[in-house]
Amino acid sequence: MYSIKARDLTKKFNGFTAVDKISFVVKSGELFGLLGPNGAGKTTTIRMLTGIFKPTNGTALIEGYDIQKNPLEAKQLMGIVPEMANAYVDLSALRNLMLMGELYGIRKKEIVKKAENLLKLFGLYEKRNNKVKTFSKGMQQRLIVAMGLVNNPKLLFLDEPAAGLDIGSVRLIRKLIKEFNSKGITIILTTHNIEEANQLCDRVAIMNHGKIIAIDSPEKLKSTFQSTASIEVAFDKKVKAEELLFGDVVTEAKKVGDKIRLYSKRTEEVIPMLVEYSNSSGSKIISLNTLAPNLEDVFVKLTKE
Amino acid sequence: MNFIGQLKRSLAVTKKDLFVFYLKGPVLISGILMPSFLFIAFIIGRNLSISFLIPGLLGMALFVTVSSIGPVVAPWETRMKTFERLVSAPIALWAIILGDIVASLMFGLFITFFIFIVSIILLGVEIISLSLVIGTVIAAFCFSSLGLLISAPPTDNPSNIMMLSSMIKFPLLFISGIFVPISSMGKWKFISYISPLTYYIDLARYSVEGTNNFSPGIDLLALLGFSILFFIIAIRWHKKSLAKRF
Repeated sequence: MYSIKARDLTKKFNGFTAVDKISFVVKSGELFGLLGPNGAGKTTTIRMLTGIFKPTNGTALIEGYDIQKNPLEAKQLMGIVPEMANAYVDLSALRNLMLMGELYGIRKKEIVKKAENLLKLFGLYEKRNNKVKTFSKGMQQRLIVAMGLVNNPKLLFLDEPAAGLDIGSVRLIRKLIKEFNSKGITIILTTHNIEEANQLCDRVAIMNHGKIIAIDSPEKLKSTFQSTASIEVAFDKKVKAEELLFGDVVTEAKKVGDKIRLYSKRTEEVIPMLVEYSNSSGSKIISLNTLAPNLEDVFVKLTKE
Repeated sequence: MNFIGQLKRSLAVTKKDLFVFYLKGPVLISGILMPSFLFIAFIIGRNLSISFLIPGLLGMALFVTVSSIGPVVAPWETRMKTFERLVSAPIALWAIILGDIVASLMFGLFITFFIFIVSIILLGVEIISLSLVIGTVIAAFCFSSLGLLISAPPTDNPSNIMMLSSMIKFPLLFISGIFVPISSMGKWKFISYISPLTYYIDLARYSVEGTNNFSPGIDLLALLGFSILFFIIAIRWHKKSLAKRF
């Protein structure tokens, strides 16, 4: 069962191609991440999938409904937390949730019950009758995520849900994302935070220049890029990174804070070389760590110009 | 998605608009003061009868109030980043626009009703035709649709739309027979026919004074025609500009 089937989705703005023939599927119940640098086409993709932008080409099926032909039926099954969306600041938290419920055609009794449950879940119940303009940014964002859940969606789009929030709100939102996903809600998460995607997502798609350049589980993506395995070493004296290239064994050496990071496919050969360098140069090794490739390395490698 | 379901959602938009934009002290007070001041400014020093003035005041109050807030709702929501959430919900664009129109219509009718009551009780004005009541509701829908049509350009700056709105609204006030009867406009008379306000003023004059240029049926039909036309164009233009708002 597929929640989303996108085929050749393309969006052009005055001749500029923001999204270029992307095709992918998201299985029901999956937590799917959409990663990419600014301007990669993530938000445009989400806007096409949620029926806000009409694709220049291509189709998208949402829970079996064509978003172009049956937008209202498809939207009825979605929950959406758009990037930089706001709640109505002159309305109370409860009234914002009631409004969302009414827009989804839910009966008043059900809306009140659902709204109260969500307010409790997101830690906003005590302030339910306060105007949103009195809320902190974290509280507003929690409310915005709650607004995306009023209709018990099968599919939830979260576009940068934790961007710019305090750590408490970030943790709460991440915890709830996991909980909702474990209850069977398919989640599409757009994020700049690679570690967030690494921790939460079953699969990620990395976008750049409007195209999907890699799509797989975070672990598989990491293993594809073994050359990004690295060693971090710190010496008691100042050492130039270039001195540690060791011929063709180390592919890249760069300074990271007070350490030097060495990238190599043969990390096991690098360690004795470092020991030998330490002995010959008189620079004592004070710490040495081997690092497995992480998703950030994969991301940087893939999106590098 | 059934039609009734969409109408209910449209009502949710109306409620939201009323709470967010209209039911505020300053808005309600300026809704009464603005047309009154405009009107007073134009009648001072002119020897005109109450029965000539009241239809003009009614027309001006309805036109100014109904089209005052409606045009800025879309740019304001675009700026406040609430619009994307609204259009992401399973509500058709026509239902959102209808919700905005009805909120604006209710606000205008409330103010106009206030003037009706004051005119009848304090000034002893008699309403001799009930077609004015139906005409007022249709006219409110018509002027509100015009306001929504004006709000179609995809800006997030309400003052841009306010400027555009003033550029359209003020000339209409002068050509619609509020201050100068259409019969005195000579060869320029035909210009007044393109203004929907002309037909409402004509209907109000008939209902209060008993004088008219067109029959009440023509006035009502013209208002209905303008309403449908403005509503359809508003939907089309908003549909066209929607993607440019984000």
